[in-house]
Amino acid sequence: MATVWALKRRTTRRNEQIIFLVLFLSAMVSILTTVGIIYVLVSESLGFFQQVSLWDFLMGSQWTPLFQPQHFGVLPLVGGTLLVTGLSALVALPVGLGSAVYLSEYAPERARRVLKPLLEVLAGVPTVVYGYFALTFVTPLLQRYLFHDMIVFNALSAGLVMGIMIIPLVAALSEDAMVAVPRSLREGAYALGATKFEVVSKVVVPSALSGVVAAFILGLSRAIGETMLVTIAAGATPRLTLDPRESIQAMTAYIVQVSLGETPHGTLVYHSIFAVGLTLFVMTLGMNILGQWVVHRWRARY
Amino acid sequence: MVQATAPSEVFHVRDLNFYYGMFRALRGINLAIPRQRIFALIGPSGCGKSTLLRCFNRMNDLIPGARVEGEVLFNGADLYAPEVDPAEIRYRIGMVFQKPNPFPKSIFDNVAFGPRINGYTGDIAEVVERALRRAALWDEVKDRLKQSAYALSGGQQQRLCIARALAVEPEVILMDEPCSALDPAATLAIEDLIRELSKEYAIVLVTHNMQQAARVSDRTAFLMMDESRSGFLVEEGETEEIFANPHDKRTEAYITGRYG
Amino acid sequence: MLWPVLGPRLTFRQRLGVRKTLGRAAYVFLLGTTLVGIATLAALLLDILLDGLPWLSVDFFTNYPSRHPEQAGIRAALFGTLWMAALTALLCFPIGVATAVYLEEYTSQNWLSRIFNTNISNLAGVPSIVYGLLGLAIFVHTLSLGRSVLAGALTMTLLVLPVVIVSAQEAIRAVPDAHRQGAYALGATKWQTVRNIVLPAALPGILTGTILAMARAVGEAAPMIAIAALVYLTFTPVSPLDRFTVLPIQIFNWVSRPQAEWQGVAAAAIGVLLVLMLGMNAAAILLRNKYQRRSEE
Repeated sequence: MATVWALKRRTTRRNEQIIFLVLFLSAMVSILTTVGIIYVLVSESLGFFQQVSLWDFLMGSQWTPLFQPQHFGVLPLVGGTLLVTGLSALVALPVGLGSAVYLSEYAPERARRVLKPLLEVLAGVPTVVYGYFALTFVTPLLQRYLFHDMIVFNALSAGLVMGIMIIPLVAALSEDAMVAVPRSLREGAYALGATKFEVVSKVVVPSALSGVVAAFILGLSRAIGETMLVTIAAGATPRLTLDPRESIQAMTAYIVQVSLGETPHGTLVYHSIFAVGLTLFVMTLGMNILGQWVVHRWRARY
Repeated sequence: MVQATAPSEVFHVRDLNFYYGMFRALRGINLAIPRQRIFALIGPSGCGKSTLLRCFNRMNDLIPGARVEGEVLFNGADLYAPEVDPAEIRYRIGMVFQKPNPFPKSIFDNVAFGPRINGYTGDIAEVVERALRRAALWDEVKDRLKQSAYALSGGQQQRLCIARALAVEPEVILMDEPCSALDPAATLAIEDLIRELSKEYAIVLVTHNMQQAARVSDRTAFLMMDESRSGFLVEEGETEEIFANPHDKRTEAYITGRYG
Repeated sequence: MLWPVLGPRLTFRQRLGVRKTLGRAAYVFLLGTTLVGIATLAALLLDILLDGLPWLSVDFFTNYPSRHPEQAGIRAALFGTLWMAALTALLCFPIGVATAVYLEEYTSQNWLSRIFNTNISNLAGVPSIVYGLLGLAIFVHTLSLGRSVLAGALTMTLLVLPVVIVSAQEAIRAVPDAHRQGAYALGATKWQTVRNIVLPAALPGILTGTILAMARAVGEAAPMIAIAALVYLTFTPVSPLDRFTVLPIQIFNWVSRPQAEWQGVAAAAIGVLLVLMLGMNAAAILLRNKYQRRSEE
């Protein structure tokens, strides 16, 4: 308390007000970031939509911005993104949930102390590294053992590695939801003669369901917005397909493709990356809001 | 391994010591619990009455480091024999907890939980109705069985938990301060229910409320803890006898409110 | 006494045996799923080690990129990364801490703070490439900073700001209220209390969060590509307005080339990047542990 006593007494009311203002303005930076993102995406997209109708953009099934005749139908990009996201879900949802159940219900304390930091490391690996891994490790592996004539750039490899990438997120959020299930519910089930697995599968997971579903949604939102992995491993061929062995182009990969070339400011192609960015932003924001809504709306009261 | 016990007893405890790791929570307990009566365990908080209760259905197995010495016989068979499965024990011995703990499911699914996991193949709806009737809850919920159990009041939730325990047709019901989270009206309803249930089941009731023990139970055991905080049995007998004419000075001090 | 709980043919005991076997199988499956992530991490690190190790040398750190894989180096990218990270730290630390102080100490739990907090958690979910587009339009073009380190650092600041803010909020929240009241009781003003009592106590937590945010910034590629583009630089930045490249861009550049040698060079650069990030993470963890031990005494 001595430090407090030694404080300069002349600090005035006005100083406090200036400090309040500085702090408030700092806090406004994050508000302005949101405003800036929306403003930039919308205003730059307007330049795009003056030349391409919204209908053609949203409903068109051809995306050929870099050669004549230009077509700006975003569906192949959205389709590519969703294909990779869907594949990642096949890996991340079961594995992420399984890991969460193991860590929250089964793992001895010593195993937890090793496994959780390792999952954090997995979450911290830069996405460009995952891209490298998909391209130089997973794709050759798939080509050798499963699909011998699959091309180098394909949605499958990107999707599988994307799934691995979002496991830590799905696992951590699901585990949080399960740890929050009170012990009294577990005891209630044990007292009726349930085995451990019955307690976990019939009481703990259903009780934590809102949190688990939110974890899935947020994980998939992350996959939709992920950039380098799909740019490196999934190809640059905008194509509407459900065949994971084909090369596709994700929305984010298109933005990178254009950014690489220092496309002149103000051209239609320059504006198109903002239109795609806006689409991406709306999709991920929608999913994040949905995730938060699920948590609030369906939160168990225990 | 069948031991010689009187057929009128459902549990027989011999020289029971209970440890949480290095800490001895119970020492030297000897006790017999009769059938179709209400047996109350009373004593100051921390004396190990809940721990003793949880020895009867091996709930303590769930706590790492928990260890039992001595014998707990259930219908003459050792509960802690190596071949005994705790899941089967808990299926035959129901339990009701301090705070109502319905699952976040519908009223119906709560009651149906036990029969379902234990593989009941008959008419589940009939089981649920019977259990809810016996828990005196049927009339209040029969029109909203699909609603969440959390829509019920605290007292109703506790009766739902009792119905949930009854649905698997246990031989004994363990109750761990079942009214401690309830208001007086709900407490009276549960007490009436306990009396009613004792016609068919042996009931072991842990309570910190001496009036409740006196009102409800047939027999009472009084536990205390010693200077090393281990719980031990002071005396046990017919409830009227314990409350009207305790043999032990410490029992008398406790029930007259001069202790704890 | 018991119902015919038994299935059509099985006794209760047999049925219980089946249930327990199912439980054991589930345990094996769940343990297996947990190991999927760990095994992949091991494969990834081993793959990079084997591919990249032969390419690591002193020249690799001092050379500029080259058309010949054996002469290619990461000097420009490494310096660009350090510049970008340092500028980002300088920018986002004061803004992040000030925001956290404002939200934790200067607003009550009202609609305004809800808006701020909701906004910050939503920003954390915005794809990083969208920040790249924001920086491209605002910093590169509107503010005419060009494709400079400063534009990159400003963009990265906005990207990692939510991480810094949230960790600073947690650190500030962890300071016991009794400390604040002790200061107020001696007549300290709000800011005096914050500066002399709250911030010193929260500093280790804030620094830990900031270092973790920097590690994230060092690994980000997408927004930096939107700002810096894919360039072939044979100089290192000397001022914030110079052009730059960063390690992840350089790695992306090399990964994109089809020849096998470039994969090795890329792997070597990935190794450097991972060591850099791992070092930052380790520093953060050490800081956190040291602080925790002190606070327990």
